[in-house]
Parts: sequence; structure tokens; C-alpha cells
Amino acid sequence: MSEAAAAQSPWQTVTINRIEKRTPRVTSFFLQPSQPFAYRAGQHVDVRLTAPDGYQARRSYSIASAPETGETIELAIEKLDDGEVSPFFHEVAAVGDEVELRGPLGGHFVWSDSDGGPLLLVGGGSGVVPLMAMIRHRAARKSLVPAALVFSARVWDEVIFRDELIGLDERQDGFDLVLTLTREPARRPQDYARRVDARMMVQSMMRLPEPPRLAFVCGSNAFVSSAAQALIDAGVPAGLIRTERYGV
Amino acid sequence: MVTRGFFSGRKPPTDTDARIPPGQYLEQGFPVLSAGPTPRVRTEEWSFTLKHGPRPIKKWNWAEFNALPMSKMTRDIHCVTAWTKFDTAWQGVLVDDILADAGLEPPTAFTLALSFDGYTTNVPTKDLTTGKAMVALLYEGKPITADHGGPARLLVPHLYFWKSAKWLNGLQFTERDEPGFWELRGYHIYGDPWREQRYTGDP
Repeated sequence: MSEAAAAQSPWQTVTINRIEKRTPRVTSFFLQPSQPFAYRAGQHVDVRLTAPDGYQARRSYSIASAPETGETIELAIEKLDDGEVSPFFHEVAAVGDEVELRGPLGGHFVWSDSDGGPLLLVGGGSGVVPLMAMIRHRAARKSLVPAALVFSARVWDEVIFRDELIGLDERQDGFDLVLTLTREPARRPQDYARRVDARMMVQSMMRLPEPPRLAFVCGSNAFVSSAAQALIDAGVPAGLIRTERYGV
Repeated sequence: MVTRGFFSGRKPPTDTDARIPPGQYLEQGFPVLSAGPTPRVRTEEWSFTLKHGPRPIKKWNWAEFNALPMSKMTRDIHCVTAWTKFDTAWQGVLVDDILADAGLEPPTAFTLALSFDGYTTNVPTKDLTTGKAMVALLYEGKPITADHGGPARLLVPHLYFWKSAKWLNGLQFTERDEPGFWELRGYHIYGDPWREQRYTGDP
């Protein structure tokens, strides 16, 4: 699947057809491909920008939308002050602009409802984006696979997709949301106000009917290192844990 | 296609342009990427095995491996996620010296690098020999940290860096070019950054 997909995914032009601010630092860009493609929840795309002198910059961004959503794909891009591509999106890009995109890419950090569960998702900051695609895929498929998301953000207003996640949590269809804020008190009874640790993982896993069969961890390198270690300390076998990291 | 409103803000000075492969940017830090949790491999339990197919040819423990001839390599490295880092300084054992210690000529044209966490990656044998690759034990003079693949990682700097397997515990000669972990998941079978061979099917 991934081999065929990659071999058939040359660069193509995509058009920004909607822009939606998610948090002070994260904005969603909805892109209409000229060559629509199928993808799996958790996959990413490469985006390429070209300057008038021919210089090109490319970055990888995870897809936030569910494969069931249609042709338009959503990228939720965090603004990095010393970045090269994200400032373009945040400060320049407008509806109707075109950029180049290649994808879908990646065949490891992916989940389909047919892969089963229980599923434990652990995201830090914009690391929630590929996990959101999995959660939306699960909802779109009306899957009853038990799933829990432990989502670490600095403050309540930086919880990306907050209202949508809380709405999914309130459906009580086997998806549980656990928020942990590192710089503010918790707002909901089930939430925490500290960095992820093994005890939080043990307690979050108790929300699942049985131990997770798959765990996905995404975020900055520092976040993924400590969250993956917390999962191992909580008894999750290393072989069940898939990670995706960004940053230095 | 020129992107409206995008200008080359971070373009490196021309004297280093020639060292940056197409589609890459210069990175000062050292990003960490891996498919799973970081294995903590203690040197007391570390070993390195040379295999021909399923058959072990020779196995070294940490002390024996450290007694092999040490070489230094300072090279630019290129990650498929588009960062390039200049002048990374490594120290370790050339694959040539491992083969010499085993009294072995390369028996096949293909090699699979094997890691403690089950990761594998394939490299043609000729890309590992004649001074092109080493099993690195030190980075900038210090033991390689677990995040960066310590105690020992493969270093094949002329290919995209996923070929430089972390937490290495062996090299296996194979009759055919056997795709490894990422090569089975959409990444290029060879991975030459200068030809921009990132994904399966790239020329």
C-alpha cells in the first residue's frame, strides 16, 4: 500500500480553500489537491515553497483530517518563530493561494479501525495532529474500538481541537479524553496539571477495558522521550509503542 | 512554481551551497527521530554479530569490539526529513576493519543492518566497505547517547541518515537486496541524498 502510494505521489499543486485559527499559535489550512488522493490516519505530506530565485523549502506536516472527510486535507500548522515554512503559512498564506504538496507519506505511524485496539494515544502540543486524524477516523467509521487520548498542552487555550475533542469524549462511545496542562490548573475532574508520567499513564490506561494493544506517541523530541518512557514504566511493552518526533 | 509571497529567508551563503543536497536545509542542532521508544542498551549486555544469512560468523562483546582499530570520520549528514548537518565528528570501527578481524571477504553484494529494537535497514555491501562506513561508538569525542543510537550506531554518511541504523547489534550479508523497516514503509530502497531518493519510486 505505502509503496504504491509513494510511487504514485509526485509533487502536485494544492489550493488553500479555507483557513481556521485553532489556538494562538496553531492554524488549520484546508488544502484542495489538484490530484485528490486516498490516505491513512496518521500519514503526513511534504509541503514545498519556492522563492522567486528558485530556492525551495520543504517541511513535513501530519494530516489532521480523517480519510473519510473527502478530497480536502487539513494541516494544523504551529507557528515556529525561527521557522521558514510555518511563518509563511501564518503571515502570508491566504485563501486561493497555491503551494506544492507531495503525499501521502509514511507507513508506520498509521492506524485504521481494522487494526483494532484498545488504542492509547499520547500527544504533546501540535503532536496531537496525526492522533486527531486517528480519532476522527474512528468517529467517522463509528468504530467502537476503545481509545484514550492523553493530550499535554501548556494552557487550556492551547488545547488544539479542544471543543471537538470534548464533544467526542462526551459521546461516551469508548473514546476518552485526558488533558494535562503544564502551566495552568486542570479544568475538568479527569484532567491533570503536570507533565506526563508513569502514574498518569497507568490511570489513563484504566479508562480502557483492557491494556492497550497499540500506543502512538507524538510531539517534540523531549516530550516523546519522556512519554514513551512513562508508558514503558507503566508496563506497556516497547514493541507496542510507535513514536513520531519533531524538533531538535 | 513560485509561491506567492515566499522569499528565501534562510538561504545559506554560496560557499556552503554545494554541500547541501537538493531539498535539504542546514540545521545547527541534531534532531532525533525514531520509530519507537529509545532502547537503553547497557554496554555489559551489548554485542555485535556478523552474519551470513541466518548463520553467525563472528560475535564481539563490548570490550572485544572496542579493541578493534579505531578510526575517525567527520562528515556532513542528511536526514530524509530535510535537515542537513555539517561536520559531524564520529569515532568507531570501519566496516573494513570488522571484516578483517573476522578474516572475511564480503560474501554477498547486499547487507542488512540489524538493531536491538528490531529495526533493520538495507545497504549494498559496496556502500559499507572501502572506508565508506563505520560502526560509530563516539560522537564529538563522547559516547553516543541513547537518543542518538548509542552505545553503537551504523554511520553511512553518504546515504540518507535512516540508513545509519541506531542501536546497532549486527550486520547480516544477504543474497538479495532485502528491504528494511522504512524501505518496506514507503522509503527509497537506496536513499542517495544527491539524487533525492527519498521515497519508493523516486528515480
